[in-house]
Amino acid sequence: MGNTSSMLTQYDIEEVQEHCNNTFSQQEIVSLYQRFCQLDRNSGGFISADEFLSVPEFAVNPLSQRLFRMIDGLNFKEFVAFLSAFSSRATLQHKVEYIFKVYDSDGNGKVAFSDLLDVLRDLTGQFISEQQRELVLTQVLEEAGYKKDSILVLSDFMKILGNTGLKMEVEVPVD
Amino acid sequence: MSKLTTSSSELDLDHPNIEDYLPSDSIQQPHAKLRLRDLLDISPTLTEAAGAIVDDSFTRCFKSNPPEPWNWNIYLFPLWCLGVVVRYGILFPVRVLVLTLGWIIFLSCYIPVHMLLKGHDKLRKRLERVLVELICSFFVASWTGVVKYHGPRPCARPKQVFVANHTSMIDFIVLEQMTAFAVIMQKHPGWVGLLQSTILESVGCIWFNRSEAKDREIVARKLREHVEGTDNNPLLIFPEGTCVNNHYTVMFKKGAFELGATVCPIAIKYNKIFVDAFWNSRKQEFSIQTSFTTHLLQLMTSWAVVCDVWYLEPQNMKPGETAIEFAERFDMVRSIISVRAGLKMVPWDGYLKYSRPSPKHRESKQQSFAESVLRRLEEK
Repeated sequence: MGNTSSMLTQYDIEEVQEHCNNTFSQQEIVSLYQRFCQLDRNSGGFISADEFLSVPEFAVNPLSQRLFRMIDGLNFKEFVAFLSAFSSRATLQHKVEYIFKVYDSDGNGKVAFSDLLDVLRDLTGQFISEQQRELVLTQVLEEAGYKKDSILVLSDFMKILGNTGLKMEVEVPVD
Repeated sequence: MSKLTTSSSELDLDHPNIEDYLPSDSIQQPHAKLRLRDLLDISPTLTEAAGAIVDDSFTRCFKSNPPEPWNWNIYLFPLWCLGVVVRYGILFPVRVLVLTLGWIIFLSCYIPVHMLLKGHDKLRKRLERVLVELICSFFVASWTGVVKYHGPRPCARPKQVFVANHTSMIDFIVLEQMTAFAVIMQKHPGWVGLLQSTILESVGCIWFNRSEAKDREIVARKLREHVEGTDNNPLLIFPEGTCVNNHYTVMFKKGAFELGATVCPIAIKYNKIFVDAFWNSRKQEFSIQTSFTTHLLQLMTSWAVVCDVWYLEPQNMKPGETAIEFAERFDMVRSIISVRAGLKMVPWDGYLKYSRPSPKHRESKQQSFAESVLRRLEEK
């Protein structure tokens, strides 16, 4: 009985807010906590792979496997930080950094041709052959002034994606 | 709870037009030449994933919203306490008495009828039908059920199938008190199973097992045989396949529409002010038996179960329509029921509670993206 925000004290909310650089309002954090508890069915304090995959809309997403590695076993604070890139208050820098992290699977700050190929494979599946994928990537890379064996770093991503209208926002339902 | 497994054969058959409901931002790009930026910009797909993490229509179907606490101040709290005393101390014992009385009357009539009239099947069946309707009325009375029926009452004609939205096991009891339906159910353990195998057997019930893949064909055959039989009770099917929280409807399974019979939709809507009748089988950690008992007890200690039942217009095959085209109208029937009961439709299969979505949905997203990439590559 009662609402779940009684489980989160004001201190907790402020701590989480600080951790995500104030990208979410306190009300949004409370809503996210309710959602977190809803997904974390066995109340283990973190959402397991199984529990994420029980959301069909997430399971059918082509990038769900890649995102898994980033979200598996996150506690609530980290969960909010993970979603902070999708807040309307997040900076463009933050969003581009996020996209970079999705590509940079080993986290060494460098995105190689193989990483680009991996993501393209996730997005296109069996509907483009591997050779075609390589051709497409090589072609667009060369047009942008890079080579096939170029290593892309964050500043490259900022240059390529920085001046576009990057729309990456999710609204947190607040009741 | 059961392990999540992909039963693709089961799910493939019932997923029309799901792509119409899912967001398709990834293909909204104009037909300009493909640039590096377009391939690097995975933000639409990421936004969809994050959107699903934050809120998704499937989980919303099974959420039982706890009622707002209204007893939070010094004036209302004693009133609420008084209410609790009345409900648990007065209403509950009276209801238990009524129910016990009902069972005594029922059993003392049913057992003799069942045993002695073994030879006179037609008479026996008619009496058993009346008795089952009677015990269901007793059940409904034991929750102080106020059920308003709208529309023409179902009559026992051959080649009829009734379909209704599903919120709880009590849907069946609420409908059964008016008409003795035959129903298709999952066999439960414990006292519920005992009731199923003895009493419900008399009105004609078909058992299925959700976890068995082959079961589907066997059940389809049994359904067809039942509908074609002249002396059988009208068949009631809950095409959602699972309990939903009475605010949404999930996708209907086509099986009920492929029996070559008239489909008569029924819409059921519970009034939440009195009690939330949604049987949240996902929350329950214990066996189905215990949770159904808890559910019944919860109903018996509430003020009332108030609901509306609408018997809607039967759907027949139009002249010149093939059986396949008629079966394709199952989503239209779902919208008729949803509109009548004020429920929102979602494009998910109820069985996704127990298993993962088929890879087909992901593949169609991949296909549309791949096609747009290839097309834009050709542009100059």
